[in-house]
Parts: sequence; C-alpha cells; structure tokens
Amino acid sequence: MTISIDPQKTNNESLQPKGWLRYFSFSLDHKVIGIQYLVCGFLFYLIGGTLASAIRIELASPMSDFMPRDVYNQVLTLHGTIMIFLWIVPVVNGAFGNYLIPFYVGARDMAFPRLNAVAFWLIPPSGLMLVASYFVEGAAQAGWTAYPPLSITTPQSGQIIWILSVLLLGGSSIFGGINFIATIIKLRRPGLKLMQLPMYCWAMLGTSLLVVLSTPVLAGTLILLSFDIIANTGFFNPVLGGNVVVYQHLFWFYSHPAVYIMVLPAFGLVSEILPVHSRKPLFGYTTMVFSIMGIVVLGLVVWAHHMFTSGTPPWMRLFFTIATAFIAVPTGIKFFNWVATLWGGKISINSAMLFSCGFIINFVFGGITGVALAQVPFDIHVHDTYFVVAHFHYIVYGGTVFIIFSSIYHWFPKVTGKMLNEKLGILHFIITFIGFNLCFAPQHWLGLNGMPRRVAEYDPQFQLVNQISSLGALLMAISTIPFLINVFLSLRNGKDAGNNPWNALTPEWLTSSPPPVENWEGEAPLVEEPYGYGKAISEQK
Amino acid sequence: MTTLDSSKEIQKNNSEVNETHEDFRMFGLITFLIADGMTFAGFFAAYLTYKAVNPLPDGAIYELELPIPTLNTILLLVSSATFHKAGKALLKDKNSESQKWLFFTAFLGIIFLICQLFEYFHLPFGLTDNLFASTFYALTGFHGLHVTLGTLMILIIAWQSRIKGGRLTSQNMFPLEAVELYWHFVDGIWVILFIILYLL
Repeated sequence: MTISIDPQKTNNESLQPKGWLRYFSFSLDHKVIGIQYLVCGFLFYLIGGTLASAIRIELASPMSDFMPRDVYNQVLTLHGTIMIFLWIVPVVNGAFGNYLIPFYVGARDMAFPRLNAVAFWLIPPSGLMLVASYFVEGAAQAGWTAYPPLSITTPQSGQIIWILSVLLLGGSSIFGGINFIATIIKLRRPGLKLMQLPMYCWAMLGTSLLVVLSTPVLAGTLILLSFDIIANTGFFNPVLGGNVVVYQHLFWFYSHPAVYIMVLPAFGLVSEILPVHSRKPLFGYTTMVFSIMGIVVLGLVVWAHHMFTSGTPPWMRLFFTIATAFIAVPTGIKFFNWVATLWGGKISINSAMLFSCGFIINFVFGGITGVALAQVPFDIHVHDTYFVVAHFHYIVYGGTVFIIFSSIYHWFPKVTGKMLNEKLGILHFIITFIGFNLCFAPQHWLGLNGMPRRVAEYDPQFQLVNQISSLGALLMAISTIPFLINVFLSLRNGKDAGNNPWNALTPEWLTSSPPPVENWEGEAPLVEEPYGYGKAISEQK
Repeated sequence: MTTLDSSKEIQKNNSEVNETHEDFRMFGLITFLIADGMTFAGFFAAYLTYKAVNPLPDGAIYELELPIPTLNTILLLVSSATFHKAGKALLKDKNSESQKWLFFTAFLGIIFLICQLFEYFHLPFGLTDNLFASTFYALTGFHGLHVTLGTLMILIIAWQSRIKGGRLTSQNMFPLEAVELYWHFVDGIWVILFIILYLL
C-alpha cells in the first residue's frame, strides 16, 4: 500500500511562521526541529554547567561552606539529570539526528513528522519542571540514579517531580527512537542500499534500537518507584519486604545502554567529520557497522557491572566482567579505524578536526579506565569514588561533548550559510581541552586514594588536588565564552560559506546552505559512496 | 554533483515518484509495541525476581482464585477472534457487519474490565499488604490500563466505520488494522501475565 503525500499538507509550509518565529512553533520541518533540540539542549547545558561550577566551588575547600549539604545534594542531582537527559541525549540524538538523517537517507523529512515535533515539545516543559522543582520543598536529592531507599526517604515532592520529568523525557526519547528506526529502514531513497549509508545512520539505528528496548524498562521502574513514594507500597523498600537490588538491576538495564545512547551517535558523527577533514575514505566501513551492532547487543547484557558491590553472586560478577571486557573489542576496532582514517591523510587543522582529535584522545583514557572498572577486584576498590566520576566524564564530556562541539563547527556552515571564526574556534578548543583534562585527570588520583563521590565534604589531604580540579572547571566555564561570541558574531557577519565549504561528499552538502524546506530542489541525489575521497582526488589528477 | 542543476522537467517527473512512499505506519506501531512490551518485560522480571529471592513474611495472605481470571482469558481470546471477524467483514465492504463485530469486541473488553474490578474488590489483600500484593496490582493494573485504552479505541473505530460519513472503509483499513494489532498485543500480554501470575 502506498500513501500519496500532498507537500502542502505534510510541511504545512503556508501555515508555518517564517524566520526566527518558526523555532518557537510546532514546526514539522526536521531541520527546524533539529535546531530546536540543539538550542534548547545548549540552554540546559548552560544551566547544568552553572550547577557543575557550584559543585566545584564547594569542593575547592574540604568543609561544606559554600552551600548547605542538602542543597549540595540537590545541585548534584540536578546537574547529573540535566546534563544527561536534557543536554547530551537530546542533542547528540535529537538535534544532529533530526537534522542529518533525512539528508542521509535521501528523504524530505522524518518518517513521522508530527510525532517528531511532539517528541521535541515534551522536552522544554519537563526540563523547566525539573529546574523549578528546586523552589518547591527542594529538588530531588538522590542523585541521577535515584537509588531507593535514599529516594524514598528524601523529601518527596522534589523526587516525584524528578520522576515525572524523567518519564516525559524518556517518552520523548522513545518517540524519537521509533522515528529514527522507521526513517532509516523504511524511508531510504530508492536505490540507496543499507551498506551505502553514512556511518551516522548506522550509529543512530543502533542507538534507536537501544532506546526502544531499554527506555521502557526505566519508565516501568520509575512508575514502581513513584508507587513506593506516593502509595506506600514496598517494591524497593526493605522495611516493607521489598528489594532494593531489583531497582538497581532494572535501573541499570536502561542506564548502562544509556551510556551507549550518549556515545554511539558521537561515534557516528566523528566518523562523518574525520574523512572530510583528512580527505580520505573512512577506514573499514563494514567493520564499523558490525562494531556498532556488536556494541548494541553487548551493551544490553553488561548492566550489572555497575552493581559489583551490591551483593551480586560470583557467577553474575564473572559473566558481567567478561561481557564488559568484550565491549572493548568493537570499541577498539572503531578507535583503530579512526586512527587509520587519519593516517596519511591530507589533514586540515581546523576547529572541527581539533575537537574530533581531542575526542579520540580523551576517549582512549575513558575507555581504558572503563575496562579497568569492569574488573571486579579493582571495581570494589574504587566503587563510588572519584575514579568513577573521572571515568564517566572522560566518556561523556571528553567523548560526546567534544564531538558535539566538533559537529557544531562542522555543520554550522550548512545550517546557517555562514562560516564560524577559526581563530576563536581554536581558542575554544585549547581552553576546553586544557580545562577538561585539568579538571578530570586529577580525579583519577582522588578516587584511587579513596575520596568518595557525591559528598560535599572530604579529607583535607585532598584539598590541593581538588583545587586543581576546580581550576580546570573554571577554565571549562570560561571556554564557553569564545564559543558564544563566535556563534553570535558569525551569525551576524560571518563570511559566506557557500554550499560545500569542506568539499564533502555526504548528501547534505549537495544542496544549498541553508537547505530549502524540501531539502533538495528536485530529486534527492543518490550518493553511493559517501566517503569516496581517494577516488575524487585521483580523478582530479 | 549534476543533481544540483536538474532541469524543471526532471523535477516534475521525479516529484511524482517522490510524493508516494510505502505505508510505514504499521512499522512504527510495531516498533512502539516492542517498546511497550519491554515495559511489561521489566515488570515480569521484577515479579519473577521477587518470587525467587524475597520469601513472603509469615502470615502474609496471598491467594488467588482461578475462575475469574480464566474467564477473563477466554473473554480476551474470543475478543481477538471477533476483532479479526470485523476486519474480514470490512475487507468485503460489509461495513455494518464489521461495526457489529467491533461493538461486540468492545463489549467483551468492558466485561473483562468489570470482571477485573470484581476480582479486585473480592481479593483478601490490598495494594500495600505485601510485596506480592503490590506487584499483583501493579501488573494487572498496568494491563487493565491497556485494555481500557484499547476498548476506547475500538469504540472510536466502531464509530468511524458507520456507513454514512465514516472514515473506515475497505480502502482505508489502517485504523482498524492498527487497533487490531494493539488488541492482539494486549491479549498476548494477558496470556503471559495469566501464566506467570496465576499458574506459576
């Protein structure tokens, strides 16, 4: 059965507001929705970053003197939740996915444009609700994991708002995932084979599978948790015969895949950026595809490595240690493929490339500590210390956020038609890279020496290292200033980008910048070799 | 790169190709149902873990009677068959027959919900009595919510399959097919739930 589409109806072009106003409307255009995701996510990044700065100011001295302890717990919880659910997941999936996937599959829009708009518009209200929960009795205090019995015994209103907000964000994420799967599988331009798709499509397909399979479990768990809080049931309350470890299993069944939901799209994006700026085909396309799918499958069966100190039986420890160690194989393949892509390439040192290379360096550190943390004897030693904090931030900040910035530098010319200023971009990279490593590298040492995470006070012997870490956080905060100046200056009087400033071969560069509402004048181009750079060069010769 | 400067004639030809595409609404629905099924899978996993790990405290009452849930199972299975009949009738353009079957299916759904409520009121334990009681109500309640939504949707499509001005025709089967798939899904979940909760 086929459906005929009336372009007037599907895009509602005549009804949509024009210019800046469309970004505040229920737009069905995937490009508008992508930008909505990005800007909304960045605003929440600024809020989450402010909270992070507050945490680092508090930790600059061993005593709890900058804010009361319960406020520290709230700041900590909000920081984690905002950064994960409102910045990284929506931006790296929603923003770039919505903007790029229809171009890559040769479509005019996503498979379900209305569902797409609904998915975005769930985010601002739930985010605002989460931030506003601070002003009701105080926000949630149980950390982004909301482990019971802590989440049951802390003040209830904040925790309930937190649950509601995360449920809505999870719903948004599931709707987005359904949309991406349908778009990539079903909406491909005739003649475009799966194995000809740019790597980001594969990354988003894998990510969306994880979203669809694991997010509902988190939703169910949080519903049970809210029953415990509101209705006095005892699912996770040991006093009433419940079992807290069941919560941990169900929670990590979502939240471990969530790490891949945050980092797999970044893998895809870096695989788009590196070939363009090193003028070489992506090394090992097929192995990349199989590694992504391998990570998806393994990612679903490693969750209990977060729970080695929760009384997990030996067989479980053995299984999850081995399964986790196996994830290093596909991840390592991807890492070597990126290095091989760069190897011998005609590399241009620009902001996008620098951030991508920064990603590769940081991600190796995060990956190595990740494999270390999967080993039970080591994990028991550093569990719930700053070592875990350092590892996690090396993956999500050093990994994903670096790629988000890299992608902004890479695709800004396409989205706006203006180039970003390279000098400010490189300044942004240098401050971010130094600040990030200064902030999080010392935390490995803190963790190994036993400084517990999530606590406002610590042993005075750790003060100097904590102050170094806080100095790094200050640099990270400063690094957003050149970025913001750059974006606003370039929007006003950046130099014209032209349609294809990087001479890239992927489909989104084969249309005008910014692209028309229908994505292409006329038929969508059939790009059979999105990474055919070597060929293009040999033909030129 | 030649695609950038395609002439208007090519555009016209291609636009005709591009304006139609395969119907993938069913594909989206199936993806959603997989996600929904995972929610139930989470609940089932929690219940089975409790059953394996957490023994009931002494004196806790947890007894389930079989007659009502067995009746409910039969009701849902029959309703799946009647829904199928409605689809077959609509395919043959027999709208009024299809509508009758749909109303009958919705009626079975309502009977199911009434039986479920009847069971709730006559059970010897309440929501917060013990862990199994809580899990029992959470599982059956979440499923009951699905049945309620399904029944409402069946009533809506039954209204839409009216002969004068109804949207549902043999040319536009999707609403019926979508609700039917959802209904079979809810039915299947009930069978699993019945086995795990009542028979195990």
